[in-house]
Amino acid sequence: MSEMNVKIETKVIQKPDYRKKAKQILLENIVPILFIIICLIGVKLAKQPPLYILNELVARVARNSFIVLALIIPVLAGMGLNFAIVLGAMAGQIAIIAVTHWKITGLAGLLTTVLLCTPFAIIFGYLTGKLLNKTKGQEMITSMILGFFANGLYQLLFLFLVGTIIPMKNPVLVLSAGVGIKNTIDLTAVKYSLDNIFKLSMTKTMIAFGVLCVAVMIVHLAYRVFIKKSKPQNMIKYLVYTGIFAAIGTVGLMIMNTKSVYNMVLLPIVTLVVIGLLCLFNVFIVKTKLGQEFRTVGQDMHIAKVSGIHVDKVRVIAIIISTVLAAWGQIIFLQNIGTLNTYGSHEQVGMFAAAALLIGGASVTKATIGHALMGTILLHTLFIVSPQAGKNLLGSAEIGEYFRSFVAYGVIGVSLGLHAWKHQVQSKKKTS
Amino acid sequence: MGTQTILEMKNIEKEYFGNKVLKGVNLTVKPGEIHALLGENGAGKSTLMNILFGMPVIHSTGGFNGEIIFDGAPVSLKSPKEAMDLGIGMVHQEFMLIPGFTITENIKLNREITKHNPFSRVMGEKLKTLDTEQMNKDARKALDTLGIGIDEWMKVAGLPVGYMQFVEIAREIDKSNMKLLVFDEPTAVLAESEADTLLAAMKKIAASGIAILFITHRLDEVMSTADQVTILRDGELVATMKKEETTVMQLAELMVGRKVEKLGKEKKENTQQEEIIMEIRNLKVGMPGEEVKGIDLEIYQGEIIGLGGLAGQGKIGIANGIMGLYPAEGEVLLKGKKIQLNNPKASLNSHLAFVSEDRRGVGLLLDTSIELNIVITAMQAQKKFLKRFGFFDQMDGKATREHALKMIEDLDIRCRGPQQITRRLSGGNQQKVCIARALTLEPNILFVSEPTRGIDIGAKKLVLDLLVKLNRELGMTIVMTSSELGELRSICDRIAIITEGKIECILEPEASDADFGLAMAGEYKKLRSKEAVIS
Repeated sequence: MSEMNVKIETKVIQKPDYRKKAKQILLENIVPILFIIICLIGVKLAKQPPLYILNELVARVARNSFIVLALIIPVLAGMGLNFAIVLGAMAGQIAIIAVTHWKITGLAGLLTTVLLCTPFAIIFGYLTGKLLNKTKGQEMITSMILGFFANGLYQLLFLFLVGTIIPMKNPVLVLSAGVGIKNTIDLTAVKYSLDNIFKLSMTKTMIAFGVLCVAVMIVHLAYRVFIKKSKPQNMIKYLVYTGIFAAIGTVGLMIMNTKSVYNMVLLPIVTLVVIGLLCLFNVFIVKTKLGQEFRTVGQDMHIAKVSGIHVDKVRVIAIIISTVLAAWGQIIFLQNIGTLNTYGSHEQVGMFAAAALLIGGASVTKATIGHALMGTILLHTLFIVSPQAGKNLLGSAEIGEYFRSFVAYGVIGVSLGLHAWKHQVQSKKKTS
Repeated sequence: MGTQTILEMKNIEKEYFGNKVLKGVNLTVKPGEIHALLGENGAGKSTLMNILFGMPVIHSTGGFNGEIIFDGAPVSLKSPKEAMDLGIGMVHQEFMLIPGFTITENIKLNREITKHNPFSRVMGEKLKTLDTEQMNKDARKALDTLGIGIDEWMKVAGLPVGYMQFVEIAREIDKSNMKLLVFDEPTAVLAESEADTLLAAMKKIAASGIAILFITHRLDEVMSTADQVTILRDGELVATMKKEETTVMQLAELMVGRKVEKLGKEKKENTQQEEIIMEIRNLKVGMPGEEVKGIDLEIYQGEIIGLGGLAGQGKIGIANGIMGLYPAEGEVLLKGKKIQLNNPKASLNSHLAFVSEDRRGVGLLLDTSIELNIVITAMQAQKKFLKRFGFFDQMDGKATREHALKMIEDLDIRCRGPQQITRRLSGGNQQKVCIARALTLEPNILFVSEPTRGIDIGAKKLVLDLLVKLNRELGMTIVMTSSELGELRSICDRIAIITEGKIECILEPEASDADFGLAMAGEYKKLRSKEAVIS
């Protein structure tokens, strides 16, 4: 009942400055809006068939979302963007090289990789967390530099130690001199092992998704009303969501019956389910005691400490979770790509994941699942269309290539600058 | 057991690096009683409370002597957590609230009610889900107890300050085992009506059997609320008495006490040169924690004027505002000419010099030599000690050295030479370097903030003597800000007491203790004007 009162009250308050509110929403989401516009222009200029773009996009989003989602928890815990997910990616690659060496194939190979990388990722995450606790306030630059440092150790391991200290005889993997791992490794063993378990056309997926979600909504409502005997607090919200899901299902059904080319878009269902599970995990963790501790520490470390929270421990846990998720994310990425660039695949992971998150509208202090998914979609749309758009516009595909790395780094820089600026404005407001 | 007292602190002594800050203090609090703890800054109130809470700062500096009996049993408190477990709660002066959280979340901070879910059974306690419903109910109950009508699901950010205070209190009384609640200057940030609600709530809490320790500077609140009053001064217990047995005047006098020692300074006889050198009109300074809310003051040529008052009332903000270090508005006239505010360079160019209260932070370049520290401001602001080569100005080493040596001799800075870095100097000598730098600017007015903070007693006297000497021999106008009333009274010609960002009154150093006590408690105007009406 009180909830209802709330709604009424807030509405009454909102009405007078409705325009102000709209302006604020616009201002807060200025980054994604800007990128949506850029993407639309890019799509127009590139003149690529929509089917191609959609196919590419599905593949890229399925491949990259997981690792972007891995960044959310450290942001929640107030540690900014964890560029040290590079270490997680390394853990994943260490595992994937081992599994390729042992020639375990298919799903079994993938599961072994996941199991094998986890302890590595936990150790890396623990050490990273310890270091970041020593450099409070400079987590982002520390984690970035830590990534570069770890890259050195990684190269030492695979360029020099393999074949000398670590015995490994495998002409497919090891360089002809017998020392060091080759630059590119074909991951035929685990290629598509997750993606190809079950593929479904996009339209069918939409129908299934719509029906499933509507069913869940109804069951949940019924559970609320009949078993728990509590009144549904927000009927409109229920109806809107149910409506949206139903619409998705109907659109799917309609397209399926029109023999449109879009029936050919296949979705890697299992991969998407895994990503969905990670989203649920993120939602779940926020609602737990641990999640509350993350948020408390993220908001104010000092108060958290005074109220008896082990701040350092909570921060280490946040980084460990992030690193482990990054390791798994890198494995999902690699099984889709199919080849491992031993000395390069992990290098840009932190940068691009951070850029995707920021493009989605996140900041270094606030990030949600929506930001992550939105950002991944936008960044990759841009990646798909920019070479062609550059070629059409300026006669050179390279310009587009430049543009996309310019965008990735630029957005990080601008976002950090904006964050600092907001901080300054706020502190100024306080004093005056 | 049916204990008569909830808390007994017996003969508490505490030393910080050989400096005794508590000298055998006793404190007894009964259940359901409101016990006021009075004292100036530095009287030892916070140290006493830190001991009660087992703050790490106490144990890392060698612990304390004495005995604490809580609820009938002797306890040794090692950490704030232990104190909380025993049922001692604290309402902090600066809020321990998280703005982005709802009121419920803040009240239940790290004491969330949780319930099991499939994961938590396997993975442990930490993954239990929060029981938001139950938490909201508890929060509601605590807020109702206080008689506050705010909704528990609102975010703390944007709440009026008064409500934040209540959220903080609600958090404490929500703890089921609460037996003793400490309020550290709870009304300092509140408006009058809010303060009244708070005091009413305190009485309510006390009526439910929880004892309250009430730290405050406002004497009328003590008179209206407290049952017992304990007064500390310089780490000593001055008096413990029932409220009925005392008066505001007596409390004020006991709080300040006589501790003035004249520094061989005779009153100036030549009062003819009452020329105004600086006029401050409606100055407001946004210095966090030391806000100045509109001050009018005239400073006469050749006087030492003191700015006193309790910490956080704004006295420190004045000099910082005039020097352009914090955002300020209003008017400052130097010899009739307006000074541009919010621009440190303009202030320096008007020949105002400032010795900051933050000696090691703002005052000195700690890893730089004495001589450079002395000349650096003059070099930057007035282009002295420079050899000019067009764009590439160079420091004039010879002139700098000469000047530094002269200053070292004049001010008697004890050092190994002008090239020693200032970090290695003692506090007193560091302060002299700061003063030397200020003098190098050949100032019209010298602002000195907390010149004796963190300096041992011998050096204190030297610094104060130096200020008197500058004033008497060079006729320099000095504006001295200090938390130590005693030292202001020993060297100043006039003392302005600042309370709540405004000037409460300007007193002669010879004015009575009671007057100073009242002024610092912000009661001077009220009481004196009443008396004037009566007589």
